[in-house]
Amino acid sequence: MTVAVVQFGGSNCDRDAVRALDRLGVDAERVWHEDGLPADTEGVVLPGGFSYGDYLRAGAMAAHSPIMNEVRAAAEEGTPVLGVCNGAQIGSESRLTPGAFTTNRSARFQCEDVYLRVENAETPWTAAYDEGEVIELPIAHGEGRFEIDDAAYEALVDADRVLFRYCDADGEVTEEANPNGSKGNVAGVLGERENVAVLMPHPERASLAELGGSTDGQGVLEGLA
Amino acid sequence: MTAYTATVTVRLKRGVLDPEAETTQKTLERLGFELADLRSADQFEVDLDADDADSAAERADEMAQRLLANPTLHDYDVVVEEQAE
Repeated sequence: MTVAVVQFGGSNCDRDAVRALDRLGVDAERVWHEDGLPADTEGVVLPGGFSYGDYLRAGAMAAHSPIMNEVRAAAEEGTPVLGVCNGAQIGSESRLTPGAFTTNRSARFQCEDVYLRVENAETPWTAAYDEGEVIELPIAHGEGRFEIDDAAYEALVDADRVLFRYCDADGEVTEEANPNGSKGNVAGVLGERENVAVLMPHPERASLAELGGSTDGQGVLEGLA
Repeated sequence: MTAYTATVTVRLKRGVLDPEAETTQKTLERLGFELADLRSADQFEVDLDADDADSAAERADEMAQRLLANPTLHDYDVVVEEQAE
């Protein structure tokens, strides 16, 4: 079992993801995008960073990297695929997941801890939590505002494909608790199938107890275990 | 084959929040300008050779669909002109 953490030019959370997965006992390695997925790949992480300098739109260039055809094929075969932050932007730009992540309402890069309410605990990415549970993860993005048209949003909600919403410490989903203006406070969604997920907050940065912060991110990474 | 320039303009759909445009508008107002609204857009000028203007436009349209625009966020238009000799 090897999880491939795909490294694009400008990725910068790949080592963090490998280390966090190692700690969970999940074999993981960094894979340079030009080298393609290893034959024994049983999971894929699209890590955070600034692939291709966020040229055009965050994630737009990496989404058309040849390795993404392999990632798409693996996803269709049921391989778990997780996109975090820039990886989430790559996931939506490559149409692995619905909607788009675009410029924060504040028009600023935001780096802070946020609370998330678990909306659907019956997925591989959220099985470690209870529905309605509040977890704490960091965000670090300038383009994290989830946008999607109204009809597609309703369909997403009806299909229970919203994983997390930004909330306050009590789990209330409020406008004040929405750090970037995301539609419906959405922070993470599932793809067509539950083996594909993306989220803007960083579970890999909230997984190691010795860092002194939240370790709530471990549960998301367990979707790759 | 004829040399054309296809100008692809990519705009946010009406109703999609544009924080950069809002910030730009505020700064123009701080400079004393009066304006009702401001929208930002990206424009790409693509030089290409094609049999005719229609096929140049068709290729530029596909470029917009596949990369230059994101259908969730953007509308776009394509204008093709023959390059001057």
